[in-house]
Amino acid sequence: MDQIQTVETDIIIIGAGPVGLFAVFEAGLLKLRCHIIDVLPQPGGQLTEIYPKKPIYDIPGYPSVLAGDLIQNLLRQIEPFKPGFSLAERVESLDQQSDGRWCVTTNRGKRYTAPVIFIAGGLGCFEPRKPPIDNITAFEENGVEYFVRNPEMFAEKRVVIAGGGDSALDWTIYLANIAKEITLIHRRTEFRGALDSVEKVQQLEHSKKIRVVTNAQVVGLKGDKKLEFVDIQHDTEGLFSLATDFFIPLFGLTPKLGPIANWGLAINNNAVEVNTFDYATSTPGIFAIGDINTYPGKLKLILCGFHEATLACQSAFKIVHPDKKLSFKYTTVTGIEGMVPS
Amino acid sequence: MDTITVTVIDRGNTSNTLEAPTDIGLNIMELCKVYELPVAGTCGGMALCASCHVYVLSEHELPPPTDDELAMLDAAFFVQSNSRLGCQLKIKEEMNGLILQLAPVEA
Repeated sequence: MDQIQTVETDIIIIGAGPVGLFAVFEAGLLKLRCHIIDVLPQPGGQLTEIYPKKPIYDIPGYPSVLAGDLIQNLLRQIEPFKPGFSLAERVESLDQQSDGRWCVTTNRGKRYTAPVIFIAGGLGCFEPRKPPIDNITAFEENGVEYFVRNPEMFAEKRVVIAGGGDSALDWTIYLANIAKEITLIHRRTEFRGALDSVEKVQQLEHSKKIRVVTNAQVVGLKGDKKLEFVDIQHDTEGLFSLATDFFIPLFGLTPKLGPIANWGLAINNNAVEVNTFDYATSTPGIFAIGDINTYPGKLKLILCGFHEATLACQSAFKIVHPDKKLSFKYTTVTGIEGMVPS
Repeated sequence: MDTITVTVIDRGNTSNTLEAPTDIGLNIMELCKVYELPVAGTCGGMALCASCHVYVLSEHELPPPTDDELAMLDAAFFVQSNSRLGCQLKIKEEMNGLILQLAPVEA
């Protein structure tokens, strides 16, 4: 059963971006086992999610490398160490057990335990951008939805969608056949989504299947517990109210520190404070590496994150094996078991 | 001229005069961070987060926004006709005397 499944390992790495992945390699050299958890469905963090085709020019030894290719190379580099992966899973809580080990619980109810935690969370979790409407949180799950998880919940309902990008257009088209009434609201006249989708929305509007209001924004929400009306500010026609059952604002995702902010770690300006000896946080056994940490002189560079991961692994070894002596070896001397040299 | 002056009005309505070098490829987001103005620059300058959203108050003619910038501004809030992303404005000599205002922070 999912609920009671517990994975035990040496280091739990939160975040499967380049720095989290490289930490597996450095840990592997010290024969430490790693398990990586990431909220995104594929490894690579921002590099694969946001800019896989962008070239990076400051990775030592690579005059230029595409972000997506760098991740593929890192995955190949860590393969001999067989890390565990839990993808599309969001870490929710972190607790210390009576034996001193840490226990991480995810949104799927899974548990992971290890004596060492590496937070390699980059920018944090990607969450929906919420429009600046004062009482919007009061209506969340009571008429305001940021994702369309179950289209059937909109069957025969009145729905207001806001946004001008692909997801706003795509869901307008999809829900046009399900909802009783759809109104799409966009701040500008033009839509930036795929031409195909823009044309489809125009057709639906012409055939009166949906209503499109451009040059307008939703500025207020009203209702007794459940959403009943949205207030719409139109550039030329002024303010008016529209009765609705649902409001779906679709303005993309924005990174948030998320649950990490609640773990009692010293936080400075949305980043986790660490020392520069081994990138340990204010809590023993928990390290923060890569873009998510901060210290005097911090630079948010992948190559700096690689260095941070390397030093953090040295201290992690001492926590995992307090009785063993750590001997440092060069890979040129020992090689990597399971890696065929190119 | 290697240095120009850019004025940035922060969210407390204080006017800050910033000396900006034109020869090192710095952009407005980075310049604000150098002067420790409250600009997060979360995405690192890839036009992906709008945390460096500014309003252009002076009449300077700036290079037109790219598709990436327009797409981001489309999803941002508090957008006006003079909105730009600071990270997409590379500091050039022609920008001497530019006056900008930081847009409100998104929740």
